[in-house]
Amino acid sequence: MAKKYRFIGKPAPRKDAVEIVTGHAKFVGDIKQHGLLWGKVLRSPHPHANIKNIDTSKAARLPGVRAVLTHHDVPKWKAGVPPHLPMLDSKVRFVGDAVALVAAETEEIAAEACNLIDVEYEQLPAVYDVEEAIKPDAPQLYEQFPGNILPRGLPFFGPELLQEVIMGDVDQGFQEAEIISEGTYAFENIPNPLPYEPPGAIASWDGPDTLNVWVSGQGAYLDRLSVYYTLGRKIKVNAYGGPCGGSYGSKGMSLPVVLYSAILARVTGRPVRVCLSKEEHLNTFALRLGSRIHGRVGMKKDGTITAISGDWLINTGYYSSATQGMVAVGCGEVQLALRCNNWDLRPKVICTNRCASGIVRGFGGQELKCALLPIVTEAMEKLDIDPFEFFKKNYIRPGDGYYWRDSNWYVYRGAEYSKAMDKGAEAFRWSKKWRGWLKPTSVDGSKRRGVGVGVHGNGDTGEDTSEAYVRLDPDGTATIYSSICEHGTGQRSCLCKMVAEVLQLPLEHINITDSDTRISPYEFGPAGSRGTYAIGSAAIAAAEDAKQKLFALSAHALNAKPEDLETEDGMLFIRGNPENRIQWRRGMGVDSTVLGFGRFEADFTLPNFMMTFVEVEVDTETGKVDLLRVVSATDVGQIIDPYMLENQLNGCLGSAGIDSALIEESVLDTNTGRLLTANMVDYKWRTFAELPEMQNVILETPFPSHRFGAIGIGEIATAPGPSAVLMAVSNAIGTRLHSYPITPDKVLAALGKIRGGDEK
Amino acid sequence: MPQNKGVENDIPRIKATLPKIITESGSVIEKEFIELTVNGEAYELRIGNRHGEVDPVHTLAHTLRETLNLTGTKIGCDNGACGACTVIIDGKAVLSCLMLTVECDGKSITTIEGLADPITGALDPIQQSFVDHTAFQCGYCTPGIIMSTKALLHKNQSPTEQEVKESLSGHYCRCISHYHVIEAVMDVVERGR
Ligand code: FES
Ligand code: FES
Repeated sequence: MAKKYRFIGKPAPRKDAVEIVTGHAKFVGDIKQHGLLWGKVLRSPHPHANIKNIDTSKAARLPGVRAVLTHHDVPKWKAGVPPHLPMLDSKVRFVGDAVALVAAETEEIAAEACNLIDVEYEQLPAVYDVEEAIKPDAPQLYEQFPGNILPRGLPFFGPELLQEVIMGDVDQGFQEAEIISEGTYAFENIPNPLPYEPPGAIASWDGPDTLNVWVSGQGAYLDRLSVYYTLGRKIKVNAYGGPCGGSYGSKGMSLPVVLYSAILARVTGRPVRVCLSKEEHLNTFALRLGSRIHGRVGMKKDGTITAISGDWLINTGYYSSATQGMVAVGCGEVQLALRCNNWDLRPKVICTNRCASGIVRGFGGQELKCALLPIVTEAMEKLDIDPFEFFKKNYIRPGDGYYWRDSNWYVYRGAEYSKAMDKGAEAFRWSKKWRGWLKPTSVDGSKRRGVGVGVHGNGDTGEDTSEAYVRLDPDGTATIYSSICEHGTGQRSCLCKMVAEVLQLPLEHINITDSDTRISPYEFGPAGSRGTYAIGSAAIAAAEDAKQKLFALSAHALNAKPEDLETEDGMLFIRGNPENRIQWRRGMGVDSTVLGFGRFEADFTLPNFMMTFVEVEVDTETGKVDLLRVVSATDVGQIIDPYMLENQLNGCLGSAGIDSALIEESVLDTNTGRLLTANMVDYKWRTFAELPEMQNVILETPFPSHRFGAIGIGEIATAPGPSAVLMAVSNAIGTRLHSYPITPDKVLAALGKIRGGDEK
Repeated sequence: MPQNKGVENDIPRIKATLPKIITESGSVIEKEFIELTVNGEAYELRIGNRHGEVDPVHTLAHTLRETLNLTGTKIGCDNGACGACTVIIDGKAVLSCLMLTVECDGKSITTIEGLADPITGALDPIQQSFVDHTAFQCGYCTPGIIMSTKALLHKNQSPTEQEVKESLSGHYCRCISHYHVIEAVMDVVERGR
């Protein structure tokens, strides 16, 4: 049974709640600074072209314009992995690529100046499809990447990045198989996670050597590091974060935007803000990876997977910010869900002339599963295996191992997840609704219902390094020093709770510093569900360290040994004698503060888990699919805050999650290279009027993680859903669909009512 | 390369674009100033294109955020599609990105900053319920959703859950805080019964 805690597990208002509901939370676009200029980007109308000539003279003469910069004027700062994307280049690689930068007194003047720049382009042929792009005669995006194939590796994730899953003997595995399924599936609708607040940054310089950046993002340290390295490790970079209006990982790709503001600020000597418009956001920022698999799966009648092989083709668009790392995590995650001894899964990261794909929650794993699981389910179908039973059999158990992103082998040491699976199935009434493959759960006239299930887990709950300080003040208050931003998970408030529990201090007496790399120690930031275990552990350790120091300082005042002391509500007492208590200030003295330090080192042995059950209703007359019900099942060890956790799990629909199987897609016109959906009317999103019934089944089996036995889950909420929806619709209509999203035309085509639609 | 010439002294004043206001009797007046009441405070704003002035192309959302520094009103799409910029004018929820500020001359506007009691700071019951239910994640959609809810409950004190959903259906929320929003709003409705 879970221990009873004073704060942990109980709902509490978010620390920042009042600022949010009163409109006083200051997002990057809300920050005013003296002399702040507006930065704007002139963007390419062509998908692939050389810039022959560029004339900025008219723009520069426009009153109110403070800077106009082209590729001739800017330093050779490069983003990407490996660094390959010049901030501005003599070549453009997609419709929306940056051509010139403007800083001006007002937004209107900046926009007008962009209009006044004359550019002469030499158009080049463009390529959008991954298999076209790797052909020998395909247009080449970068000289240094022949065949448009990105090199392997992401130094930040270590020297030996996992870039494939190869183990055992697939030939033998296929020989042992009782059935082999083979085919091509793709998740290539490139949905946009589309956080509400667009990407944006402000930059200002203190003299020539110190750059300050305010970025809408998840944690300030990554901004600091990425800018520091990009600028050649010669400039001191201070990064600040505030509330972030959504990210879902994607704002980890903000580097180009930060560089634009940094160079404009440098040239003008003024602070410059570059915030993308929603159209720019939709046209130019962070789509999901395109994912296509030609795969083969061998299986036995009992649901044992004997072999998996395939070519995984990943479309990263015009550059890669961390795609190789996403491949690594995807390759790790697929082993958690599919127990198999023989693998030969070979990814290729390919660039094409469209907006970049990259970081989004689900981080490679969602994209891989959306394409691979349907091939696995074809084998299940041939053997008449219930997919729930199959996933239960094949999901990782304590003692099982897997290769993780650093290519090392790890052994899972967390909880057995089958209990959570059973509870989820029970809540969903899976055994009542599952009628077999390609069989509807019910039929009512033209309306057919079907069910599906998907699974996902990520070993990054303890990824990377976190540090924190906790400072105790004699007035009985504590301050957490951490650079994480509040991007919606409530993590900053959850850290306060964890520290409150360690110090037994009312939540109101605990604060957390603003995200500021000048004052907080190193912190990778919230990503990969690492907030609870990794970030939390550092804060817990810092609080414990501070508490021990407080006891050491105060022991004499109570005539006791430090190890006999306890604290509660800012008071100190000898264990067992709480009546006789003194205030902290009497122990530590009013003229002192106590500083504790905590550090967390990466631990990849506690993957989390999520199983998503969905029920859909398909109208076979119109082809419309309604999502009726979603049940998400997980085990988180210990709930930190139930409201915040539920919110995160409900997020499975949005941010290019489940709805990317139904309504969300960025439609690329391959004649012009333009996205046809770059506004919030044409890009489809779920409304209040169309909410499915949502149920979260959350177990609490304590994990060997930190003091409170919890692990994080938020990041993976979106990942199991889309393939489950594909399964459910296929079951409802009795025939398989092969691509996302499942729009009415694809349904009607699959039913033979119209031509076209879903192509294999 | 243009050098930093100091703030805005090279921007010529515009003259020709003063808005023409057509009165009820049909006569046309050109105005140099417009008057707005925002959260109970009266503002007289000069029409022009310098800092602190209202350019005829400015939307109300832009004026609130950039000229009056009331940045609680958010801009999402700037195009009437997402609800971020919702404010209340004459009791009705309106999208401030779709209104030109010059059209609002003489109007009284309530923004998210105007809901809490200005003296005590006490939150509006809707705001309090959003706090109690953690009816947000990133919170970027929250001001717009609260303003729409305020207008809805002004018109209809006890809407059904379905009515709440329909009246909020123009609001984008990418984090999917919808479920908690509905709980928070229905809680206010219940308490009002
Ligand atoms: S910003 Fe006004 S509706 Fe989107
Ligand atoms: S809470 Fe993030 S958009 Fe609604």
